[in-house]
Amino acid sequence: MTTATSASGSAATATLNNEEVLRYSRHLIMPEVGMEGQLKLKAAKVLCIGAGGLGSPLALYLAAAGVGTLGMVDFDVVDYSNLQRQILHHTPDVGRKKLDSAGDKLLAMNPFLHLKKYDTMLTSANALDLFKEYDIVADGTDNFATRYLVNDACVLSGKPNVYASIFRFEGQASVFGTKDGPCYRCLYPEPPPPGLVPSCAEGGVLGILPGLLGVIQATEVIKLILNGETKDSLIGRLLLVDAFAMKFRELKLRKNSECPVCGTHPTVTGLIDYNEFCGIRGEEKPMSALVGGMPEMEVTELKRRVDAKEDLFVLDVREPHEYQICNLHGHLIPLGEIEKRAGELDPAREMVVHCKAGVRSAKAIAALQQLGFTGKLHNLKGGIMAWADQVDPTMPKY
Amino acid sequence: MSQIKVQIPTPLRQYSDKKDSVEVEATTVGEAMKAITTAHPDLRRHLYTDEGKLRAFVNLYLNEEDIRYMQKEATEVKDGDTLYIVPSIAGGRG
Ligand SMILES: [Zn+2]
Repeated sequence: MTTATSASGSAATATLNNEEVLRYSRHLIMPEVGMEGQLKLKAAKVLCIGAGGLGSPLALYLAAAGVGTLGMVDFDVVDYSNLQRQILHHTPDVGRKKLDSAGDKLLAMNPFLHLKKYDTMLTSANALDLFKEYDIVADGTDNFATRYLVNDACVLSGKPNVYASIFRFEGQASVFGTKDGPCYRCLYPEPPPPGLVPSCAEGGVLGILPGLLGVIQATEVIKLILNGETKDSLIGRLLLVDAFAMKFRELKLRKNSECPVCGTHPTVTGLIDYNEFCGIRGEEKPMSALVGGMPEMEVTELKRRVDAKEDLFVLDVREPHEYQICNLHGHLIPLGEIEKRAGELDPAREMVVHCKAGVRSAKAIAALQQLGFTGKLHNLKGGIMAWADQVDPTMPKY
Repeated sequence: MSQIKVQIPTPLRQYSDKKDSVEVEATTVGEAMKAITTAHPDLRRHLYTDEGKLRAFVNLYLNEEDIRYMQKEATEVKDGDTLYIVPSIAGGRG
């Protein structure tokens, strides 16, 4: 059999067969990759955390480019609302494991790929063992606890962390955890308290944004494989992307000598409880402490009282664009304006407050109580989505 | 006094009357932040702790430099500077 091998022999264990030579020919004829680079790609092992918005373009491009071994960690199932941006998953995949759906697409694209699927949540118990098997980790997760876990595990195991995160139409990207570069904790020593920064599920995300940022991540992964930790990498730079303005800004990052994990006297020398670090106790949802002790109303009870024409004021604390999707004819004051516009409300009147799923309405009730509202305030349990599930199946869900 | 631009990140625009940037007059970063949180009081609660300390998940960059490695909030500003408020965001998998 004819095989091509690296001239320098730096990745001497790998070779390309004729099919691979043809497949990667546009790489092989450019001097920046060439046979040597392509063999480095084939020998590389990249672990992708998350098979969603960022993970989709990231894994697709890495697989196409010829990265030899790709690990993917995800425990989720494809949801209909994922399809607007998670391009690994197609309409018939709704309800399937994201890993199975991703595996089909990636192997169809490149059967030479060695794909390892980890159907699990990344935890402090499994992260270090998992990372040990890989050269580079790419973080495409969606919560602060996992962000800090990935960072610390990368620093502790000496693996670069190719990072991106997104919100609405803005993204951030960098490469953390290299030998001399800063880590995520150098940039942000602590996470925000739960509930202060909205998630994509609450805040929305422009469908193309994970595409833009995931491709930037893939680019950085490939550069690390080809060239190592050079000054052309995003190491020590935070790239800010604003898709609507189409502006790319760059901020300087420094390694913090006092960083608790990568500084000169580290205090974090093993993985910790990241839920606790991020203020989330046990398996509780961030806001459940706030919701606890607050009177809740079931949607069926609200329906009964509305039908009976009882005197009950309905306050909707979502955003106007959500009200346009579906509403209960409530009075609309977005949560962010509740204190400013509380004068529109009768503080002595009985009220049921709702949002999409019950978190923002709990915050609104806490704010109204703070303002001295005396009327009974009920939090609509499960929000308008519970109404769509249990009372009015014709209502669109979002 | 110098005229500088303060760039507001998307997650905080709900507290700045939806503005993406605000022009303020100031001589230091601290004064610029004071000016913007006085004009938009809701921003203060999200950017500072009750003790008046900048929250640990928010960084301030004067042009492209992190003020933690300059003179912090005492860092002087000059005409045409841009002060970026850069909070951590986490989205990506979902
Ligand atoms: Zn660090």
